[in-house]
Amino acid sequence: MVSYFLRRLFSVAVILFFVSFLTFVIFFQLSPDPAVMICGKTCTPERIEQIREQLGVNQPFLTQFFTFLGGIFAGRSYGAGEAAIHCAAPCLGFSFQTSQSVMDMIVSRLPVSITIAAGAAVLWLLIGVSAGLISAIKSGTWWDKGAMMFALGGISLPNYFIALVLQYVLVVQLQILPFPSTPDFAEDPLFWFQSYIMPWSVLAFGYASMYARLTRANVLDTLGENFMRTARAKGLPPLLVLRRHALRPSLTPIVTLFGMDFAGLLGGALITETVFGLNGVGKLAADSIGKNDQPVIMGVTLMAALFVVVANVVVDLLYAFLDPRVRIKA
Amino acid sequence: MSATTKTLPESEPALLEARNLVMEFGTASGGVLTQKKSVFRAVDDVSLSVRHGRTLAVVGESGSGKSTTARIIAKLLPATSGSIFVEGEDVTDVSKDALRRFRRQVQVVFQDPFSSLNPRHTVDRIITAPLDYQGITVPGGKRRLVKELMERVGLDPDHSGRYPSQFSGGQAQRIGIARALAVKPKLLICDEAVSALDVSVQAQVINLFKSLQAENGYSIVFIAHDLAVVRQIAHDVMVMNRGAVVEQGSRDDIFDRPQEQYTKTLLAAIPTINPEWEARRRMNEQRVGAAT
Amino acid sequence: MRHDQKGSIPANHLLAVTGLGVRFPTPKGPVDVVKDLSFTLDRGQTLGIVGESGSGKSMTSLAIMGLLPKDAKVTGSILLNGSQTVDRSDAELRKLRGDSMAMVFQDPLSSLNPYYTVGLQITEAYRAHRNVSRRAARAVALEAMAQVQIKDPQLRIDQYPHQFSGGMRQRIMIAIALCCEPDLIIADEPTTALDVTVQAQILALMADLQKETGAGMIFITHDLAVVSQVAQNVIVMNTGRPVESGTTEQIFSAPAHPYTRALLNAIPRLDDDLEELKMVQEFTRPKVTPAAVTTS
Repeated sequence: MVSYFLRRLFSVAVILFFVSFLTFVIFFQLSPDPAVMICGKTCTPERIEQIREQLGVNQPFLTQFFTFLGGIFAGRSYGAGEAAIHCAAPCLGFSFQTSQSVMDMIVSRLPVSITIAAGAAVLWLLIGVSAGLISAIKSGTWWDKGAMMFALGGISLPNYFIALVLQYVLVVQLQILPFPSTPDFAEDPLFWFQSYIMPWSVLAFGYASMYARLTRANVLDTLGENFMRTARAKGLPPLLVLRRHALRPSLTPIVTLFGMDFAGLLGGALITETVFGLNGVGKLAADSIGKNDQPVIMGVTLMAALFVVVANVVVDLLYAFLDPRVRIKA
Repeated sequence: MSATTKTLPESEPALLEARNLVMEFGTASGGVLTQKKSVFRAVDDVSLSVRHGRTLAVVGESGSGKSTTARIIAKLLPATSGSIFVEGEDVTDVSKDALRRFRRQVQVVFQDPFSSLNPRHTVDRIITAPLDYQGITVPGGKRRLVKELMERVGLDPDHSGRYPSQFSGGQAQRIGIARALAVKPKLLICDEAVSALDVSVQAQVINLFKSLQAENGYSIVFIAHDLAVVRQIAHDVMVMNRGAVVEQGSRDDIFDRPQEQYTKTLLAAIPTINPEWEARRRMNEQRVGAAT
Repeated sequence: MRHDQKGSIPANHLLAVTGLGVRFPTPKGPVDVVKDLSFTLDRGQTLGIVGESGSGKSMTSLAIMGLLPKDAKVTGSILLNGSQTVDRSDAELRKLRGDSMAMVFQDPLSSLNPYYTVGLQITEAYRAHRNVSRRAARAVALEAMAQVQIKDPQLRIDQYPHQFSGGMRQRIMIAIALCCEPDLIIADEPTTALDVTVQAQILALMADLQKETGAGMIFITHDLAVVSQVAQNVIVMNTGRPVESGTTEQIFSAPAHPYTRALLNAIPRLDDDLEELKMVQEFTRPKVTPAAVTTS
């Protein structure tokens, strides 16, 4: 157990190292000089050099990279002497645009992203899995064909299109929902719900479609298994056969997929957040890409990678828990 | 007797000889959370030799290592240790070119005819694929060769444009055999080649192997779990259990005078029809045969 | 009873099948996978049904169990303990399945659900028909496991199918079939997936258990030698039709039908060299076997 866990942790560390290295190469080395950007229009060569010095971008590439990594684990200081600005661990640097700590920016946006992801996840699991299940049981019927057509639409229609249509119809025309925003739950739960329901639905639509098709395929596979015939030969009631024997084998792969999808969304639902103007991590990423705010892009990317890689480990452990063949080897 | 299969006169090296083959797999036992790594010996010090024009059967139950052994000597799987010789030449580790030459001498017929034939290729293309791989040009043309081979294995040559799914299991297995014969090999390795077939079709395919051998002098390594089938086709028999050789010898040695307890158990476990009923049936059969 | 009975079928037969037919619709028109099959089976007796793939032997077992796919059309009459089962609702058949008739399938690994302990898979069969507590059902399961000679049932009852060997898994399947003390056991190729030494053990076990319980058994197989050892009566099937039936001795010592004779001649023998294994003539083989009906 311990050795397995240590090995997995080690692989997580290795993956994150490479992800950070690659992002560092892409955003810091291949982008325009941040000093020029910060310096603005009224700029002198001396001023640029000064900023470079302070940011540490006059250092060799590898030194910069390891200073960055060091910042995450031990904190770092920008500049020297009186003017030095200390950044406590875990330090992801400061935004070029707002001079805020990147860590603080991400942490302050995270609750919004988590709310969006969690709400959408509940919706897509409920709708997607049950629709797929019903389709599989009633496979070949009009319900099945209709649901699968609908799901195909859900997979092929872009998020932003659905978002804009919904917003136009429900908010502008019918006025039954407010413009999406990020209010506090404690202040007005109903308004909170109304504000979030549209982003949830839009985000859930695509995922629900995918999960419905996947659930359907898995359940159909399971229904054809020999052990289903055994269960029926025992004279078990059809609902018990379905609930006990078909569901668990069909849904186990979906649980693990869900872990990965959900973790991905914690790193920000980029399009949904941007279209509805919700200040989550996704919108932060979109904004900072637009403004070439490299430390923020770097921070958000690393954070998203961390979520996915950790989720991968959690999902593997979960799989072992759910599937006795993985848990106990013969 | 068994010594004769191991030591051959210097003048005539065995067609294929394998010495001290070992195959080890790393396995993880215990659950994900309580994992222990260990080494599993699927093949444990197996030596065998196949003589020209003879059939060596390798028999055993599941987990005996017989199929792994077959894959090693067919060079589809690299052994952990041990060596393989073809007509005295060491082919254990060989270059790509030498492997190509090896494939020209040794061909494999697999258990499941359908999964070992590409469903999107016509019979014509399946049979000539080994020729293309070998870069062999056929005097008289490929078309004629395909026709000959299909006739040889009992298929209608007019069906060469069809796809595997249009054939029955027995016919599909014949396609697999025709493909193996295309490069005129010296040795056929048959890995449970008749196990998936119905008893009537199985009999036909066994007959086909026997007549091919009688006419063209092929050597055959016949991997099987069914001892009755082995009895009909083998000259020499090697019994395997848990990766190791239990006993080897001539067919009659193994079937009539088994030395090892495991072989005896295996033979005793084969279900047979009441011999008295059998005798009566065959007497009737002869009477009917004489009358007509 | 909705079906007219031809002649008088003595009520004491455990199972009386008359004119059984199974028909599947296919894009090329309906296909009869079983046709004109009639037989009777008494308690304590074993009937062997032999045939090659596509002979309809497995379809026959599924028809008796009421486990055929919904699009299959069953005709004829199946009387179990004197009462008709053809055309009964699934809910009514369900009460019989696993209780008065039970089935042992070919591949024990895929026939057991990998996600549940063998204990649960035995007890659920019992609890489907007997209104008992979990604890009582567990006691029955332990007893059934002991009956099929699984060592340490207390320990093994909480293990999963993949922790058992092939032969042990088939013992679990037999325990599942036996736990409600069925009158009729249908064994569909129960030893085909097993090694020959394990097969011998399972066959011996099944014979013992049958003697003990007095159940009637239908033993379906492609292996003529096996059927000659376990059955008192045999039906030979080919392309859905019964070709020949009789006592095992009759079939094996004086087969009347050319197909039976050819089949017997095709068996590779242990005690004799045959110059040429004789073959079953091609005309007896089906031309088209729709993919939908070749479940074995």
